[in-house]
Amino acid sequence: MSDSKTPSTEIGPVDGSELATTDRFADPGVPEHKPRLTDTDPKAAARSERIVTILFVLSVLGTIGSLVAYFAVRPDGTVPGVRASTLWLGVTLAISLLGIGFAAIHWAKSLMSNREYVDERHPIPSSPEVREVAVVALQQGVEDSGIARRGVLKGAMLGSLALFPLAVAVPLISSVGDDWNVSKFRHTLWRKGMRLATDPDGRPLKAADLTVGSVAHMMPDVSTEVRESGEWISEKAKAVILLVKLDPEDIRSEQRPGSSYDGIVAYSKICTHVGCPVALYDQQTHHLLCPCHQSTFDVADGAKVVFGPAKRPLPQLPISVDDEGYLIAEDDFAEPIGPSYWERLR
Amino acid sequence: MSTTASNPKDLKKYTDPKTPAGKAADYLDQRTSIGVAVKEFARKVFPDHWSFMLGEIALFSFVVLLITGVFLALFFQPSMALVRWEGDLPQLHGQLMSAAFASTLDLSFEVRGGLLMRQIHHWSALIFMASIVVHMLRVFFTGAFRKPRELNWLVGMTLMILGLAAGFSGYSLPDDVLSGNGLRITDGVVKSIPIIGSYMSYFIFGGEFPGEHIVARLFTVHILLVPGLILALIGLHLFLMVLHKHTQYPGGGRTDKNVVGFPAFPVYVAKMGGNFFFIFGVLALMGATLSINSVWNYGPYDPSPVSAGAQPDWYMLFLEGSLRLMPGQAEIVTWGDFTLSLNVLIPAVVIPGLLFTFLLAYPFLEAKVTGDRREHHVLDRPRNVPVRTGLGVAFLTAFVILALAGSNDLIATHFHLSINAITWVFRVLLFVGPWFTFQVTKRICLGLQRKDRELVLHGHESGRIVRFASGEYVEVHTPLSDQERWLRVNYEATRPLELAPAADARGVKRKGYASEKRWHQLSRFFYEDRVEPVTPTELAAAHTTHDALAAADERGGELATASSHSADLER
Ligand code: HEM
Ligand code: FES
Repeated sequence: MSDSKTPSTEIGPVDGSELATTDRFADPGVPEHKPRLTDTDPKAAARSERIVTILFVLSVLGTIGSLVAYFAVRPDGTVPGVRASTLWLGVTLAISLLGIGFAAIHWAKSLMSNREYVDERHPIPSSPEVREVAVVALQQGVEDSGIARRGVLKGAMLGSLALFPLAVAVPLISSVGDDWNVSKFRHTLWRKGMRLATDPDGRPLKAADLTVGSVAHMMPDVSTEVRESGEWISEKAKAVILLVKLDPEDIRSEQRPGSSYDGIVAYSKICTHVGCPVALYDQQTHHLLCPCHQSTFDVADGAKVVFGPAKRPLPQLPISVDDEGYLIAEDDFAEPIGPSYWERLR
Repeated sequence: MSTTASNPKDLKKYTDPKTPAGKAADYLDQRTSIGVAVKEFARKVFPDHWSFMLGEIALFSFVVLLITGVFLALFFQPSMALVRWEGDLPQLHGQLMSAAFASTLDLSFEVRGGLLMRQIHHWSALIFMASIVVHMLRVFFTGAFRKPRELNWLVGMTLMILGLAAGFSGYSLPDDVLSGNGLRITDGVVKSIPIIGSYMSYFIFGGEFPGEHIVARLFTVHILLVPGLILALIGLHLFLMVLHKHTQYPGGGRTDKNVVGFPAFPVYVAKMGGNFFFIFGVLALMGATLSINSVWNYGPYDPSPVSAGAQPDWYMLFLEGSLRLMPGQAEIVTWGDFTLSLNVLIPAVVIPGLLFTFLLAYPFLEAKVTGDRREHHVLDRPRNVPVRTGLGVAFLTAFVILALAGSNDLIATHFHLSINAITWVFRVLLFVGPWFTFQVTKRICLGLQRKDRELVLHGHESGRIVRFASGEYVEVHTPLSDQERWLRVNYEATRPLELAPAADARGVKRKGYASEKRWHQLSRFFYEDRVEPVTPTELAAAHTTHDALAAADERGGELATASSHSADLER
């Protein structure tokens, strides 16, 4: 390492190519070192030292403060309680950390030498001599193993290396995708005669309970046991629907004629874009908006897409009522619900 | 600074140490030859600049993620088994939820300091990604990715992509309504992949969405796989950085053959140590005062509810925006009734793919059109490479427009605009915006370079006016100091590649001419417009002109305006 006053080396391309023209300015060299106040004034240096010490002490106080906060502010299981505890523990932790941080940085900036040094760089590539030794070493190794001469051995080695991952991959792949039966996408829990239940309470709903303009979030009416099983969430994820009661006059089209009951239409709640639950209904326009990417569906017009990144309408669930007046499904959906996939129409 | 002790007696104190520290060092060195490493690294010189701290912020927020992450992992239960939560919050008490969500609630409400750690962890994740991105911008705009650092650029890019994976997998762990909907969107995107989409969805979720496995799988990804890879790649990243030695900004005495700065020990040890505590402290303060991801407000994941106006973490917004802008008509049915969801595939796979490919390929592309095989260790001032700077700003514009489009609903409600109108504006802007900012940035860079030339040739305006004998007033210009001038003249205005003729001397068509010509065109796009640095000859001429002006003035004669103003832009 040389001192900062070393005359600078010539500038220009590293391998001194033709670009280094002569009509260029000369490098003035590293700017002269300017001493700081703390370099020249012992009083300033002493002051800096004091500040650094105080900052370290502040950190210690912060740590002590955090212990005090731990005992003094006990969360009581409520949101404000846990917020208060978080605030006190966090602020004192921050003081304890920032004290050390500021102290070290201030120390480096005001008291440690700020004289610049110059190191030489060496070209990254290894020298031709080293390369030669390396190549010879490799050649000797190859020669020694005889891999070039022993063709069958080479084939056997590569073959075994290529195949052994199968022994891990096959059991993994056979289990990781469960039964790999992707045709499950086609079916939901809905079938003829199944009642519609409100989500999340799970109460069946009478057609008479809906007034024009109202919306209801519904799911299949299943037993509490089913709803408390681990599989339920995946079934619910496919089966949820939205009920909208329209003035029968307003219905311009349906996907299957006769699917609605007395102006009540039921559409899958799962967006045909990438699968968010659609939720925002506008009574005036009969538009249903998906909050994720704003695909907009017209429930009065077969849930066709009027705007946004979805292409297909929300699948319609055919409904009617049973003898007690409760809403029931007439069938499963006619097509897979939710986002498109390659073999959807097959 | 290699002090060679000439007297063998002086060396004795190193081979036969008396102090405790000396003895400990001797013990270690006998077994590890650590002395060699200390000799090599203790006073290694590193250049200093505030922008070199950006990577450091990323590194240190990663360390904070490790510390807080281990804390969380000791209490979090990565299971989707249903449990009834018996905690105190009235709105969730007694509710059925996954063990993952329940343990996140317990982590927040029962574990002392648990919520603090969750909030610090989440803020660190946001700062981690932000500092990586800004660090990448610094590297891009200063040309630090040039030889020999192209491979380290690739390592950095991989780190950024792993950071996205880390953030996404972590965000999904608490199994709340927001994270569950994020996973559902992911499922929809995966299903859009041709041929294998459905099977990939099964692969990820272990059956149909959401299944009972995803949280446990993401947990392994989040605390083992991704952090392990990140750690290994950070090691490689820093190893290469030390091997190459850090780049330095241009200035007096800074060349491609040296490195000017401060010694690692003690200056950088103190500064970096201090920075770590500073960053940890700031993150602790954020975790203490700014609540983030209060999952008890969202509730456990249920496929039915969704909240409008919910935003993903910022680094995912561009994907969200991309999905929002694509019109649905792009979904098509191919021969054989197969569905090709281009409305999802293009925004969620193709567009990010293009953006990342551009970034990955850029160093190699630029080297090719520059015809450059040299090592570069002195950074570029962004103005001196106008097309690169323009391309960077254009890229950034596209990214920001996509991210804003990811918040188009918030923009709509906030400014009372129609969401359809905003979406259309963004659709147009996505194409026009980057082109526009590219042109503007390139012009600004060329303008700044011309201003540099002016300064070098004519000096600073001193504000002092003198009056010639003829009665004319002239402002006195003070010449630049050597250092000021050097900063403005020490660069190369790269010229486009030369294209050899299509046919050789005997009139035979050369092979590869067509491809060469295409590269040549690209090279012209990069370097056609350029501003050459002032040469000593030009400066001397400018001075003579000044003198001549003054002299002519005294004679009362006329002289054309100095020619040096118009000579700069070569076409
Ligand atoms: C590599 C960088 C990392 C990033 C970007 C990251 C990001 C995240 C994010 C955004 C969350 C959601 C936090 C929330 O609840 O609001 C999270 C959760 C979590 N992270 Fe990380 N993390 C990283 C590394 C780690 C590491 C190394 C560990 C453990 C060794 C870890 C353990 C956890 C755990 C257990 C959770 C769930 C806790 C909870 O949600 O309450 N993380 N992470
Ligand atoms: S999921 Fe409904 S618009 Fe994207």
